[in-house]
Amino acid sequence: MTTLLEVNNLKKHFPIKGGGIIPRKVGAVKAVDGVSFKVRKGETLGLVGESGCGKSTTGRSILNLINPSEGEVLYKGQDISKLKGEKLRKLRQDIQIIFQDPYASLNPRMTVEQIIEEPMKAFNIPKKERAEKVEYFLNKVGLSSYHKHRYPHQFSGGQRQRIGIARALTVNPELIICDEPVSALDVSIQAQVVNLMEDLQKEFDLTYIFIAHDLSVVHHISDRVAVMYLGEIVEVGEVDELYSNPKHPYTQALLSAIPEANPHKKKERIMLEGDLPSPSNPPEGCKFHTRCPFAEEQCRVKHPDLKSVAAGDHQAACHLVKEVVEEPV
Amino acid sequence: MPVAEVQSEEESRMEQADPKEISLWKDAFSRIVKSKTSLLGLIIITLLIIIAIFAPLIAPYHPIDDGSVIDRYQPPSGEHWLGTDALGRDIFSRIVHGARISIQIGVIAVGISAVVGILLGGISGYLGRWVDMIVMRFIDILMAFPSILLAIAMVAVMGRSLTNAMIAVGIVGVPQFARIVRSTVLSVKEKEFVEAARATGVKNGRILFRHVLPNCMAPIIVQTTLSIGTAILDAAGLSFLGLGAQGATPEWGAMLKAGVDALQTAPWVVMFPGLAILLVVLGFNLLGDGLRDALDPRLRQ
Repeated sequence: MTTLLEVNNLKKHFPIKGGGIIPRKVGAVKAVDGVSFKVRKGETLGLVGESGCGKSTTGRSILNLINPSEGEVLYKGQDISKLKGEKLRKLRQDIQIIFQDPYASLNPRMTVEQIIEEPMKAFNIPKKERAEKVEYFLNKVGLSSYHKHRYPHQFSGGQRQRIGIARALTVNPELIICDEPVSALDVSIQAQVVNLMEDLQKEFDLTYIFIAHDLSVVHHISDRVAVMYLGEIVEVGEVDELYSNPKHPYTQALLSAIPEANPHKKKERIMLEGDLPSPSNPPEGCKFHTRCPFAEEQCRVKHPDLKSVAAGDHQAACHLVKEVVEEPV
Repeated sequence: MPVAEVQSEEESRMEQADPKEISLWKDAFSRIVKSKTSLLGLIIITLLIIIAIFAPLIAPYHPIDDGSVIDRYQPPSGEHWLGTDALGRDIFSRIVHGARISIQIGVIAVGISAVVGILLGGISGYLGRWVDMIVMRFIDILMAFPSILLAIAMVAVMGRSLTNAMIAVGIVGVPQFARIVRSTVLSVKEKEFVEAARATGVKNGRILFRHVLPNCMAPIIVQTTLSIGTAILDAAGLSFLGLGAQGATPEWGAMLKAGVDALQTAPWVVMFPGLAILLVVLGFNLLGDGLRDALDPRLRQ
């Protein structure tokens, strides 16, 4: 499979400005601090981590909705992180986003039809074709064409999210960044929306970056998973390999927190001590060492890089995991 | 649960989905009617509009042509309900016709303030950075002058006429609109649907006019209502100083001025136009305050 998107050493630091008449930069919140990953065409990359670890900022930086501070985002080999103006706008056709909150992401003063045809208007698609596509995509996402004259508040959360998905699809994107698309929905609706997204992926040959904190949803939809902690990727690998054989202590702790359906099954819960350190003042060395049950002296000093830890492109950033060099096939 | 069942459940939930938002204005209306003071404002404004529309039918005399000097300074009586002025014209008829002028002043002057203010405030709030800096400093300069003094200065430069008075009052009202719109835009532009519009490649101008500004309507409407009262008052003030309506025009401010000389012998000449101004401005203020409360999202359940 070909690489569709490559993110190299992406950083986003939000400046903290001090008081006074002339605001001075007194520090920075390192929301994303050197993230690198690749997305292959047609796959779903899950991006997980706890609140505030920089998942959403990563997604928005890829789209250039937030200007990255450093690093490059290569889409089909072209660096899109420095695009501006009309070139950036044209790119929006290829990369779309589905938002977390279906209540906030639809303009309350527009009808469903206006919402869905908006992106097509932006790219000068003729009126007749727009009208056809609105109906087509409404049906595709499981709504009916008679819904198009209604306003967003007349729909439930799940239906609103379907409208958001239809809006993203209208301009034939290749890559869709799903920013926690189901976490605001009821559990019964979550499954429907996730299944819909899977069907659409097959039909329209889409690539997803699926940002979520719900590990079971990510397990279900993703082909590969990247785990983030404090603005960095700590582990990345194929979904089954990563879930069955987590290497990084943080991933192990995360996975042990998934509730088990079988109450008799004994499970060892790894409890993490302490709070998430402030991203404006992250710990030295390995960022996880303050909460890691296995931390050693070297973890406090030296920052670990991602390295291969098992077969199948499974990488982790931890000093305590042995590097496995794959034999070139 | 089978998918079909879930779907229908979702469907039914949607059918009962709250129709509150769609009836925002209905809801606001019922709130206004419930509050006694704002209902009073609404009644006064409605009366004013009815009087203005049917002025020729309501007024027993022509506001300018009827009357002779022989009938001058008649006290209120069955024939002349509110008395007559120095030229023997019926004050009631003049006040009734003056309602038209007052509405005209209110609409045109506030129209100028609103259009210019919304544009400036919207652009400055949406674009931010140096545009915001420049526009808001310009607004600060406008605000540094007492508004009536600024209006007087502008009319003095442009020439005395009712039209110029309206333009002056309109310009003086721009800063308030600009500031309110700017602050609302600042909050609305951070909403996710605006980000969604940007992410789908919608151009900036369209985002501002189709997504941001339509969601700023509530405070704009409140400000419009409150401003009409102030605009009528300011324009009457200019006319009183001889800078607005000229000659025989039945403008309330000009009528006040014409009656000042006879204040001791014929107080009704001044009293009734004054009362008319008072009532109308009070009406717009009460209605505006009521609207502000009615449209306050924190009070809506």
